Amino acid sequence: MLRFLLRRLALTIPTFIALMFVTFVAIRMVPGDPVEVRVGERGISAERLEMFRHELGLDQPVWKQFADYAWQLAHGDFGSSIATNQKVLTEFAALFPATIELSVAGMLFAVLLGIPAGTIAAARRGSIYDQTLMGLSVTGYSMPIFWWGLLLIMFVAERWGLTPVSGRIDLIKYYFEPVTGFMVIDAWLSGQAGAVKDALHHLVLPAIVLGTIPLAVIARMTRSAMLEVLGEDYVRTARAKGLPIWRVIGVHALRNALIPVVTIIGLQVGALMAGAVLTETIFSWPGVGKWLIESIARRDYPALQGGVMLISSVVIGVNLLVDLTYGFINPRIRHG
Amino acid sequence: MADVVAQVSPPTVSQDVSPLRAFWDAFKENRGAVAGLFVVLLIVVIAIVADLIAPYGPNEQFRDAVRVAPMWTDGGSGRFILGTDGLGRDMLSRLIHGARISLFIGAAVMGVSFIIGVLLGLACVSLGNTVDVVVTRLMDLIMAVPSLVLAILVVAVLGPSLTNTIVAVTIVYLPRYVRLVRASAFTELSKDYVTAARVAGVGPWRLMFTTVLPNCLSPLIVQAALGVSDAILEAAALGFLGLGAQPPTAEWGTMLADAREFIRSNPWLVTLPGVAILITVVSINLAGDGLRDALDPKMRRS
Repeated sequence: MLRFLLRRLALTIPTFIALMFVTFVAIRMVPGDPVEVRVGERGISAERLEMFRHELGLDQPVWKQFADYAWQLAHGDFGSSIATNQKVLTEFAALFPATIELSVAGMLFAVLLGIPAGTIAAARRGSIYDQTLMGLSVTGYSMPIFWWGLLLIMFVAERWGLTPVSGRIDLIKYYFEPVTGFMVIDAWLSGQAGAVKDALHHLVLPAIVLGTIPLAVIARMTRSAMLEVLGEDYVRTARAKGLPIWRVIGVHALRNALIPVVTIIGLQVGALMAGAVLTETIFSWPGVGKWLIESIARRDYPALQGGVMLISSVVIGVNLLVDLTYGFINPRIRHG
Repeated sequence: MADVVAQVSPPTVSQDVSPLRAFWDAFKENRGAVAGLFVVLLIVVIAIVADLIAPYGPNEQFRDAVRVAPMWTDGGSGRFILGTDGLGRDMLSRLIHGARISLFIGAAVMGVSFIIGVLLGLACVSLGNTVDVVVTRLMDLIMAVPSLVLAILVVAVLGPSLTNTIVAVTIVYLPRYVRLVRASAFTELSKDYVTAARVAGVGPWRLMFTTVLPNCLSPLIVQAALGVSDAILEAAALGFLGLGAQPPTAEWGTMLADAREFIRSNPWLVTLPGVAILITVVSINLAGDGLRDALDPKMRRS
């Protein structure tokens, strides 16, 4: 197990170095001068310009800049945002809980609906339920989620007034200092009446939008895994024993069908981050996705560079975790 | 006696069926796939003859008719069937021209990543270990960055435009092709017919492109078909974020971004481009699924 762990860890190191190199090169190819962004367009004296360039390390040779960059990264320093002068890591850490909260809610939505939907479709294979659910699954899988979000805002929020249009909580009614960064938990900790409910209300639409594609993928995956398992001998045995059908499907079969499904859920993390960029932009959700888009608009390259590094690191980390867990459960992977 | 003969040769499968015919017979079993293919072909035709069927030019402005409602709602008229946008441009014409742009993006991304994917994949298996490791690592890296985040990074570097959208989306989807070609080429290389070809003195180029490659094609074709829909979605997302095709280009995602400010007053401006994207992507995916099932029943989408 230890050897598997080490080998898998060693595999991620070159990926990290390459990631570092690519973001470094990419940001330096961006048109536009970062100093200009900082000082505005009115222009400054040549001396001051030189000073700024020195401060940002732009007067150094490129290889030196890369070495410095790598050195800083190794010490957990992702640079400072040009626009706000704050540490990129600090900004990211402040915004990331909002993205996690949204992702967890979206994933909950996807799993809680997707697994039952896939199970029903498999149990009633070929029926009208199966066909409807799989038709919906293709639609969900093909959904342009930025449009789906606008559609939900248009109907659910604007026309029917069931949910708020954007944001994480009603800032006029409720105010409290962030403790954990997770709005639902902070609202609960604040003890203000109705705050938790309001935070959850704000969470519903973004979670549905972000969870739609994972929902479609999970439903489909559950269905095919179930169909495979339902043909196994132990399922027939369970049926032959006279167990009720819901017990055979819901307990015996589902438990085994879930193994590939859990892996898929873990591997959805990259897709979730990509979806978060769009979802957060539509709902003005103050997470890292929206921040990344704003950084581009502000030409805040250190923020963009650090943001891409950090988001990718999270994805690499989670995928590694999924792999390790899977290797732990299934020895065939470990020794493969 | 007659019974025995009937059993030996099943009447349903005749021996001289052409591969294409066999494929079509398998494909048409799936009604959803046939419907999808039909709609895809329809959209392709619309895209090709866009100039002929669109009532107006995509960027033609009617100052007297800004944000006119579609003809079936109050205030709509037959002059603009689907209404007009914030600058008085005919929605129907823009949507029709948008089909051309989206399909062009999809086809371009598919074509370029197919070719580069095949070349890199075959390079992995034939040019030795170093090339293999470098390419595989690079592909792993691309896969580690969330698709849209990577596309955003590429566009941030190159600047937003239609061409750069294609470049960005191609980079994002390239690993799928490379990995697919590499994996199936490795499998094929260990088979007897490849050894036989080698023994017969077939050179390395010919071995790769005429002996091995054709046997790796069916999963690639399926990937290419489904890749078109992913590329269209990704490009539309970039357009929506203002990082794709730039206004006034009639790209569906860009149109949605333009329409966002009218979400309260003129909901159809938001609804129509999204419907166009959804219909296109759903039909390509349906047809692609059918293609997968018909080409290789074992490969059914998980």
